[in-house]
Amino acid sequence: MQFLHAIPLDQLLIQTINGIVTGMILALVASGLTLIFGIMDVVNFAHGELFMLGAYVGVIVLAATGDFWIALAAASLVIALLGAAIYLTTLRPLLGRDPLTTILATFGVSLVLQNYALWQFGPVARKIQEPFTGHFTLFYLDYPWYRLVIALLSAAIIGALWLFLKFGTYGIWIRATTQDRVMAQAMGIPVPWVLTVVFAIGAGMAGASGVLFGPLVGVNHAMGLDWILKAFIVVVVGGMGNLAGSIAASIFISLLEAYASLWVSPAQAVIVSFVVLILTLLLRPTGLFVPTPK
Amino acid sequence: MRRPGEGQSSGRRAFIYWTGFSVILALLIIAPLVLPEFWRRFLTEILIWGLLAMSSDILIGYTGMISFGHSAFFGLGMYGAAAALISMQPPNLWLAMLYGLVGAAAVAGFVAYFSTRLRDIYFAITTLIFSQIFYVIIFTWTEVTGGENGLTFSRPPLAVPGLFSIRFTPETLHWFVLGVVAISYLVLRRITQSPFGMVLQSIRENEARTRAVGYPVERYKIVAVMLSGLFAGLAGVLYALQNRFAAPDFVFFLVSGETVIYNVIGGIGTLVGPIVGAAFFLLLREGLSRFLTEYYLIPLGLIFIAIVIFMPQGLLGFARRWLNQ
Repeated sequence: MQFLHAIPLDQLLIQTINGIVTGMILALVASGLTLIFGIMDVVNFAHGELFMLGAYVGVIVLAATGDFWIALAAASLVIALLGAAIYLTTLRPLLGRDPLTTILATFGVSLVLQNYALWQFGPVARKIQEPFTGHFTLFYLDYPWYRLVIALLSAAIIGALWLFLKFGTYGIWIRATTQDRVMAQAMGIPVPWVLTVVFAIGAGMAGASGVLFGPLVGVNHAMGLDWILKAFIVVVVGGMGNLAGSIAASIFISLLEAYASLWVSPAQAVIVSFVVLILTLLLRPTGLFVPTPK
Repeated sequence: MRRPGEGQSSGRRAFIYWTGFSVILALLIIAPLVLPEFWRRFLTEILIWGLLAMSSDILIGYTGMISFGHSAFFGLGMYGAAAALISMQPPNLWLAMLYGLVGAAAVAGFVAYFSTRLRDIYFAITTLIFSQIFYVIIFTWTEVTGGENGLTFSRPPLAVPGLFSIRFTPETLHWFVLGVVAISYLVLRRITQSPFGMVLQSIRENEARTRAVGYPVERYKIVAVMLSGLFAGLAGVLYALQNRFAAPDFVFFLVSGETVIYNVIGGIGTLVGPIVGAAFFLLLREGLSRFLTEYYLIPLGLIFIAIVIFMPQGLLGFARRWLNQ
């Protein structure tokens, strides 16, 4: 274990915090994806593009108003509306068909959105200014407060979603629709509206995570793909349609990637999450973080 | 079960089918002699992408598994051919093909072993992620694969040892590609009509039942993925021969996505449909990119969505039964 001694403890700690921060953003993206899948059997290939467009809306609103929080709220709202529009135009006609057709349709949507962003905003990366620039000292490093705030905000949004699903009247409607669509309809729940709203909520969460993540890296038209891939890995590892599982898997995978980048370049650290995926498929294809199916 | 009188009409239909096949083949043979340089090249390229799409139709159309990872097989065919052409002096066409096919088969075996444990959407997602694994490896392993720049090499002569050896001209290259694609089509068609192909189709129709009848479904699926990967690798070799380079862009997931688009546009489960879909897509792209430059995917994406919603059978869906008889 010679190589373990080569890594100082402080670096390990910094990578742990980094891993949790990216893990929380990933959890926010993945929980939207898994919510949409769990409730309506739709694999939303365009989820990464909604994330990317959310970041762009954030850039525009931030430039117009100068306030990060308004930009965050506006981006979530605009992307939620866009999600509802996408659902009504492309996914509702596919209701009742093989779920595989939804992956095709949303793949088409992702192509359109990505190239629309390229056309509208150009290939140059934009930058979102972080709302506050304070630092605290972590060993020898000035660690930005903002990163911790992102992690907390993501946790708050996911927590709010969970409370809403658990206790809110409309949350109960959503869970009823998941369990039995026909019965829910018979009980007077407006199922078509529930499905539209769920898609909008998932999209809005993707938009919000785009804005939150924007200050850490540049915003460009191709950023969605990285995230959709990671989110796909997370939902397979965590068990698709399982909210708690995907949050656990997000943090697990991001931590592993953060530790791996101590030894190899970040581009190669991605391979770690692929390895986790392969091992999951080999040993526990139903997902790592779900109870053993009986 | 045959109804009386069907024997004769199916004989006539077979006659029409083979006449149609010969006429189209003849047209494609004559084409490079009459077409200008640009379109000749374009036609060869359509055939290569058509072969890739056709290989993926084995999975999408006949076994009911959507693969979003065909770029890995295609790319490994390409890099396999590149490895043979760069390391061997003088470059040998048949060795390039062998290396490409071995590369693609190895990757296909790996992907098949893991991804066939999952069904439907999970299969689609895992194949996508697997293709990205190979993309990352090829992209970052610069010493061997040339990284972002890829590899360039020279084209080997068309040679049969002891008989003849000629340099590839655009015409002979086209005929060579056409020959490979036509043979692949006939082989794949034979496979889909064989008992093996029938089992694949029964997996598509009802997997649980096929298993209950006693077929080892997993083994059939693994073989289907490997077969599909092998032909995708062949398409990769042909592409490497035509363009004399291998680049990581062709292992990128976008190529897999386009393969799925060709299938859906042309009509899955027809083998010919994917080629027609590739031709339709590439022609439209050529036409649109004249005035939309790189944003051609916006209208093409919209057309694709419309086809998924309103025409799920694709352009050739109406002829599906006739093409498969």
